[in-house]
Amino acid sequence: MAKRKLIELAHARSGDKGDTANIGLIARKSEYYPILVREVTADRVKEHFAGVCQGEVERFELPNLGALNFLLHNSLDGGGTFALKADPQGKTYSTALLRMEIEVD
Amino acid sequence: MIRIANGQGFWGDSLEAPVDLVRRGPIDYLTLDYLAEITMSILQKQRARDTKTGYARDFVDLIARVLPDLKDRRIRVIANAGGVNPKGCCEAVLDVARRLNIPVTVAVVAGDDILPRLDQLIERGIDLKNMESCEPLTSIRAQVQSANVYLGAFPIAEALRRGADIVITGRVTDTGLALAPMIHEFGWKEADWDRLAAGTIAGHTVECGAQCTGGNCQVDWETIPDLADVGYPIIEAEPDGTFTIAKHEGTGGRVTVESVKEQLLYEMGDPREYITPDCIADFTTIQLDQAGPDRVRFRGIRGRPATEFYKVSIAYAAGFKALGSMVYAWPNAYKKARAAEQILRQRLDRLGLRFDAVRAEFLGANACHGIASAEPPPEIAPQLAEVVLRFGVRGQDRAAVERFTREIAPLALNGPPVVSGLGLGRPRVEEIVAYWPALIPKSEVQAEVTMWQSEN
Repeated sequence: MAKRKLIELAHARSGDKGDTANIGLIARKSEYYPILVREVTADRVKEHFAGVCQGEVERFELPNLGALNFLLHNSLDGGGTFALKADPQGKTYSTALLRMEIEVD
Repeated sequence: MIRIANGQGFWGDSLEAPVDLVRRGPIDYLTLDYLAEITMSILQKQRARDTKTGYARDFVDLIARVLPDLKDRRIRVIANAGGVNPKGCCEAVLDVARRLNIPVTVAVVAGDDILPRLDQLIERGIDLKNMESCEPLTSIRAQVQSANVYLGAFPIAEALRRGADIVITGRVTDTGLALAPMIHEFGWKEADWDRLAAGTIAGHTVECGAQCTGGNCQVDWETIPDLADVGYPIIEAEPDGTFTIAKHEGTGGRVTVESVKEQLLYEMGDPREYITPDCIADFTTIQLDQAGPDRVRFRGIRGRPATEFYKVSIAYAAGFKALGSMVYAWPNAYKKARAAEQILRQRLDRLGLRFDAVRAEFLGANACHGIASAEPPPEIAPQLAEVVLRFGVRGQDRAAVERFTREIAPLALNGPPVVSGLGLGRPRVEEIVAYWPALIPKSEVQAEVTMWQSEN
């Protein structure tokens, strides 16, 4: 097993729905998808966004697109117009997730 | 096959994109999305000041530019430019047509505005509770500024059937703008769930404009050609529900499986349940393949029956906020910005000002990724060329927020060295218009389609 940064294996796009951020994580090659499923669990994402994500993390699988979708609840300082954040819509959370290090065979 | 192009991902998107879509290649329909969640409350305020306003003025200017081309090329236009005054928008477009001496038929799709009926609905037991917090609307009723139902594609399809050259709507789903011409041209019915889901997913793919044709795309972004002349997306739709995403030949950008996948996942909830007024689309059924250069084909899409509800978007006044910033320069820019933050917090405390939220961020050091990237590494932090302290407060007391705005500038002379960034002046106090998502039974809402001619 070797450690790799997620950005080498995946690309992503993030956005918002109210105070919930979503991050779509997409495998760069189809053989990477099972690694993402195994390593990038909802718990790990919650831990990675400690201090940012104040609520639950949900994970959905899209094997047809080689992708995972994460919902990070209570993660945008109230969201939209409430937020005092420079990034109130979580648009940069995509690459924040890609900083994660995972174990690769 | 019909070609449906989207030339506007939000109000404020490129003014040239819709013109290029019309003039630089074949399309049958042009859709334009002008309404973000917050837009309706801004338009409501405009209309309160002047009853002739309350719609997207940019749309009227666009029609004035391209109406002759639309006629020559037989392109029909669908736009949610009507905002809270679709009839007013229609009048302005008809005036343009008369001035250019080009006859047009304009349809207005309305019935989405339930603001005048709110109290009556609440009295009848429709509590419009918040979909996230589950609180009833009565808790913020006095602060409500606008309330609009998201209508679906079928009223737009009816407008097309009745001969509209231009369809102007109030609040409708973004996906409905693109789905409507497919319903109209291919005769899709209200229970054709798979095909409606396919058209909905096509609409989702193009609703953010160039965000599926190479804009904001992470994969090989440095090699994406000519983003300065990026082509906006075109759906080549087939009667069986398959479609291809493409762009005009000779334009910049890139349409690949990767660029399209990124957009498919944008603002996604549960991918098996993408709920619109028209159907429930299942994103886990999409099969994609690269059908040629800058062409991605979609097939296999499945859908399920629509729900009994419309979504309602309610805007309400929710207090005040202000944001100020200061630029700290090398050396130890981060440490200085941190020190300034502490001083500011102490001064606000001494003044006895109380806020619902106070937030400091350090642009250039760690603002975007916050705690996911933690503090800047100790070997890098002292070397940063500059760091921007961005400091904000939020609260119900306008006077307290106002008082905060006077505390930023003094830091230039009475805080840590070396600081700049005062050119923008004192921060402005902004009223917060918050968004309240709710559901309403479909039986409570009647979409209205009316037809208007520029000539009698």
